[in-house]
Amino acid sequence: MIANKTLLGALSAVMMGAMSLPALAATEIQWWHAMGGALGDRVNEIAENFNRSQDKYKLLAIYKGNYSETMTAGIAAFRAKKQPHILQVFEVGTATMMGAKGAIKPVYELMAEAGIPFDANDYLGAVKGYYTNTEGKMLSMPFNSSTPVLWWNKDAFVKAGLDPEKPPKTWPEVGEYAKKIVAAGYPCGFSTAWQSWIHLENFSAWHNVPFGTLENGFAGTGTEFTFNSPLHVKHIQQMADWQKDKIFVYGGRRNLGNAKFIAGECGMYTESSAGYGSFKAGAKFPFGASNLPYWPDVKGAPQNTIIGGSSLWVLSGHDAESYKGVAAFFNFLSLPMVQAYWHANTGYVPITNAAYELMKKLKYYDDNPGRDIPILQMGSKAPTPNSKGLRFGNFVQVRGIIYEELEAIWAGKKTAQQGLDDAVKRGNVLLRKFEKMQN
Amino acid sequence: MEKRVVFRQTFLPYLLLAPQVLVTLVFFFWPASQALYQSVLREDAFGLSSEFIWFENFSALFAEAEYLHSLEVTALFSLAVATTAMTIALYLAVQADRVIHGAMVYKTLLIWPYAVAPAVAGVLWMFLFNPSMGIVVFALRAVGYDWNHALNGHQAMALVTVSAAWKQISYNFLFFLAGMQAIPKSLIEAAAIDGARPARRFWTIVFPLLAPTTFFLLVMNVVYAFFDTFGIIHQVTEGGPAGATNILVYKVFHDGFLGLDLGGSAAQSVVLMAIVILLTVFQFQYIERKVHY
Repeated sequence: MIANKTLLGALSAVMMGAMSLPALAATEIQWWHAMGGALGDRVNEIAENFNRSQDKYKLLAIYKGNYSETMTAGIAAFRAKKQPHILQVFEVGTATMMGAKGAIKPVYELMAEAGIPFDANDYLGAVKGYYTNTEGKMLSMPFNSSTPVLWWNKDAFVKAGLDPEKPPKTWPEVGEYAKKIVAAGYPCGFSTAWQSWIHLENFSAWHNVPFGTLENGFAGTGTEFTFNSPLHVKHIQQMADWQKDKIFVYGGRRNLGNAKFIAGECGMYTESSAGYGSFKAGAKFPFGASNLPYWPDVKGAPQNTIIGGSSLWVLSGHDAESYKGVAAFFNFLSLPMVQAYWHANTGYVPITNAAYELMKKLKYYDDNPGRDIPILQMGSKAPTPNSKGLRFGNFVQVRGIIYEELEAIWAGKKTAQQGLDDAVKRGNVLLRKFEKMQN
Repeated sequence: MEKRVVFRQTFLPYLLLAPQVLVTLVFFFWPASQALYQSVLREDAFGLSSEFIWFENFSALFAEAEYLHSLEVTALFSLAVATTAMTIALYLAVQADRVIHGAMVYKTLLIWPYAVAPAVAGVLWMFLFNPSMGIVVFALRAVGYDWNHALNGHQAMALVTVSAAWKQISYNFLFFLAGMQAIPKSLIEAAAIDGARPARRFWTIVFPLLAPTTFFLLVMNVVYAFFDTFGIIHQVTEGGPAGATNILVYKVFHDGFLGLDLGGSAAQSVVLMAIVILLTVFQFQYIERKVHY
């Protein structure tokens, strides 16, 4: 009798569960992202908060490896017709995604269909410029954006007899300061992360010189690289020469050099503003961030720097209901509170004007001096055709070529002129390949 | 009286072969045919548009100075890995063959590295030799040698060669040891009685009798260096610095999966396939003739 009752109870519970399922069934939305470690935790928090804020959609944030791995996974999934709704793609993949017209659903279209008001002008100029088409319409949803800054080790400055609150402003000053730091016994004056992004791509924008023709590729696919100009060669040759006295030390590809800065080996380090999180967690010395150095003899410098990071692309081939969910999530993601949280916890910039205003109102930058440097560095001057951003096809591969040629220069196998000429020549071959594919 | 068993059934042998044939078709022939097909196309990454372009991918490939450089690097790398791994394994096998006490312990320990996945092996060596925090680098610096494989191509090549060879030593060791144990003890004893010292016994008896094993291992090691070392390269150097360790199989991965250039990458894998076929044919045609079974 008792057993019977229990069975009955269990059955009715199952029945009720089954009956209430349709009401509970939320539309699932997949978001493939490339944010590991602490950044991944922040992404999960955002996804959880979105899920808690409504019950129609369930957002699944799935980590797919680093940027290249995530992009490759997304593309492979698309070919197998198993693509996620949202794919995080790094900024150098932008032209590839824009070129894949049948594979993406432009964000402005998505928002219009869902009836959610959306204005590209709500976003910071430098961010907007990177992800809009020629008509100023947003194709992908900006997400994590950062820009390179100069980080410095205040302890090293003290030991070298320098003012720890006065970082160098120009490259000649960097050379001078680094020399003193090396003289004080440090094995490395300064090092850098993302050598191509900082010392060629951002270098061009910061000095208002073109990285490529046709407005850095914004005006068409018939573009050619021009980063072997006398100014580029001068800068790269100077870095190569500095290596002999350890004023500059090469730390490896991507941001592998972070280990050198965190270990306290290098007095200064050029890296993305998003390096903040890992420096804060790892460095056992006080450090600061300041504007990227420039050459004072260049007219108009400093101009503005460009963004790095990534944006969220919506892939085609899903039903209207789930697109509504994606639109709702993007709307949530743009809320000033969400942006402010992301900015304060990661070192990425707030991407909307409203979020930036909110941070100012909260007096965040008074309490955390220097955290607004990246925003000011990107946005204090109106961008020129040389500083809007980059839009080159096959750019992931071009970066690989630039890494190879710069390494040949750092190793002394080539002069800066030879290396940059070769990089331009090899890069142009890939641009022609991309151009053919687009036509 | 001779007894012969004849299977009259024609169906059974095919049935027994079927799983192997199926696996070969699905995992070798089908992908290979796809690579051949892909190599004459120009296709965008998403597969939205594709164009038949004959051999343009191949001509572009051979016009690239970096590809020819990659060929050289691969030749050097596979030769270095095969020689290093085989020489050390042979030496260890000879020593292990002589040990009487605790032979099992030595043998087990020597076989261990083979169980390590290439990517994991790569990470181990990467940490040991990390230019800013590697323990070996500290030691080298203490004796005045500056190690920075992020910049020095020769050091990078040496590092990936050592990592790749380290893993393969176990495999070679196993085969050499088995090969040596198959050599009749009487031969060696007879030579010893005639007054041949260990070194002499090794070179005139053991080494020639090991020839079939050595030949087999040569083929296996070259194939290993060509393909299975991908994980190590990816972890340790990513083909750098300046392409110094960019072996063919890594370039296929890099251009295809990171660069998303499917046609060019497929053309490279077709060339790679041709090279390995030629190498294997060459090895069987010319080197095997010199091997006594």
